Amino acid sequence: MASLPAAGRIAPARLSGRRAALMVERNTMALGSSWMMVLGGFFEPLFYLLSIGFGLGGMVGDVPGPDGRPIAYALFVAPALLASSSMNGAITECTFNFFFKLTYQKTYDAVLSTPMSPGDVALGEIGWAIIRSTLYSVGFFAVLLALGLYRSPLAILAIPAAMLLSWAFSAVALALTTWMRGWQDFDLIFLVTLPLFLFSGTFYPVTAYPEALRVLVEWTPLYQGVALIRALVTGIMDVGALAHVAYLLAMGVVGLAVVSRRLDRLLRK
Amino acid sequence: MAKPPAPAQAPLIAARGLTKRFGDFTAVDAIDFDVAPGESFGFLGPNGAGKTSTMRMIGCVSPVTAGELRILGRDPTTDGPRIRGRLGVVPQQDTLDTDLSVMDNLVIYGRYFGLTRAESRRRAAELLEFAQLADRAGDRVDPLSGGMKRRLTIARALINEPSILLLDEPTTGLDPQARHLLWDRLYRLKQRGVTLVLTTHYMDEAEQLCDRLVVMDKARIVAEGSPRELIERYSSREVTELRFPVGVQETLADAQLEGIGDRIDRLPDRVLVYSDDGEAVGPAVHARGLRPETVLVRRSSLEDVFLRLTGRTLVD
Repeated sequence: MASLPAAGRIAPARLSGRRAALMVERNTMALGSSWMMVLGGFFEPLFYLLSIGFGLGGMVGDVPGPDGRPIAYALFVAPALLASSSMNGAITECTFNFFFKLTYQKTYDAVLSTPMSPGDVALGEIGWAIIRSTLYSVGFFAVLLALGLYRSPLAILAIPAAMLLSWAFSAVALALTTWMRGWQDFDLIFLVTLPLFLFSGTFYPVTAYPEALRVLVEWTPLYQGVALIRALVTGIMDVGALAHVAYLLAMGVVGLAVVSRRLDRLLRK
Repeated sequence: MAKPPAPAQAPLIAARGLTKRFGDFTAVDAIDFDVAPGESFGFLGPNGAGKTSTMRMIGCVSPVTAGELRILGRDPTTDGPRIRGRLGVVPQQDTLDTDLSVMDNLVIYGRYFGLTRAESRRRAAELLEFAQLADRAGDRVDPLSGGMKRRLTIARALINEPSILLLDEPTTGLDPQARHLLWDRLYRLKQRGVTLVLTTHYMDEAEQLCDRLVVMDKARIVAEGSPRELIERYSSREVTELRFPVGVQETLADAQLEGIGDRIDRLPDRVLVYSDDGEAVGPAVHARGLRPETVLVRRSSLEDVFLRLTGRTLVD
């Protein structure tokens, strides 16, 4: 990846995966004995799957799948829950935890006194968030396999797809968090993530919306991830999947560029 | 790419017209200074004088607005990471990692500098001994006292075996005992040939630790020299502090003291008389019929230098 130059600033070091990995190492050390907390992120989608996927699904019956042909409701909902748990894992890590380290603990002030660059810090934190949310994804995916909630061997690609979703959301969450003034601003996060979770074609097909609204929803990032993962799990793929991949990749790249620049501005005044 | 090694006497840090502005505010106004290898160099001045801004520019974490700065012969604008790799930084506010143990704080910091895990652990263990924190290695950072946190921060700054150690107000907020312990550690580093660059607003600290210093006031350097030289140049050998009863202090006319000592400074609560023979001042004052409540004769200090240079006391 190229460096991110900005005129009149201290030239940042080129982004280095080796140095970024040190942020992951730091976070692993910091996790220490509190890794049990991470379990919550695994159970949340499982509870939704049991209550809504099977409980409500029993009453709903079949719904239109990606190609319009009917599939079981649980099979429809399960990939979406995988996607949204990945989003939630990324966002928790990249808002609350990142804000604490940035503002209160001054972790990055210390880190940036070393050869590490703002880009290394950002990439490392994204990497860490991806690892965390991948743990959720893998756990939840095992449940899907056990319950037979897949229709294609392509389903295994749901895990890298969830990582891609995590990449996109972590990078943007980090960038937005650099503008947070205090804990009160975090209420805004739920104002964004909750509607994304509820309305992104998670629990019902977006064809339920009026045309204009449907197009709008299809441009939101969680929808992109849900559609991609649902296509893989159901094995109903088309070229649209590539568009979803490109969208999520680009979203992460933009987020990374913004957060790197913001960290430079904030911490290297 | 590979440049010939710089001659031994080339300065480790050289600043010419170094300037830092934040919008309309000028924090550092075209200052010049050099720091030689092995030297212990101080920036002395009150809060807001521009010391921290200068240190942050040297630390390559704050872009230079104007002027020239070379650290280890390199330009921080283009060579920041490489320079930072050879600096140790003790910031004014502790930035220890409260999620990590004392030991891990050092280990991960070494890793940021590219050390292997084994090497970082080896150095960390050694530095904890040096910082007298070996028995706290497994503890969290939060319960440590202020002095311990400072020592840990210094240990952390040494993990990359830096060519220059930057200390921004290393003992501010510490009790006297903790300060003396810290000074002792810094003195040992100086003995080992580590180049120290520090800021302080404590006179005794500057006199204890600095071979040479610059006095900063309002973003500029107002004097430069060794503590001894500065005292000789801007003060006298001794200072006699006269305290008069409340009421008398305010109404005392300058003429009543004229001719006593070399120079007189009137502070709100006392009068300072500069002379080579402080003991002679008391009788001379008495001979004029003045009756100070207390007469204290002491050696002249950098505090007097600062007062002379700026007309203000240093810590207010």
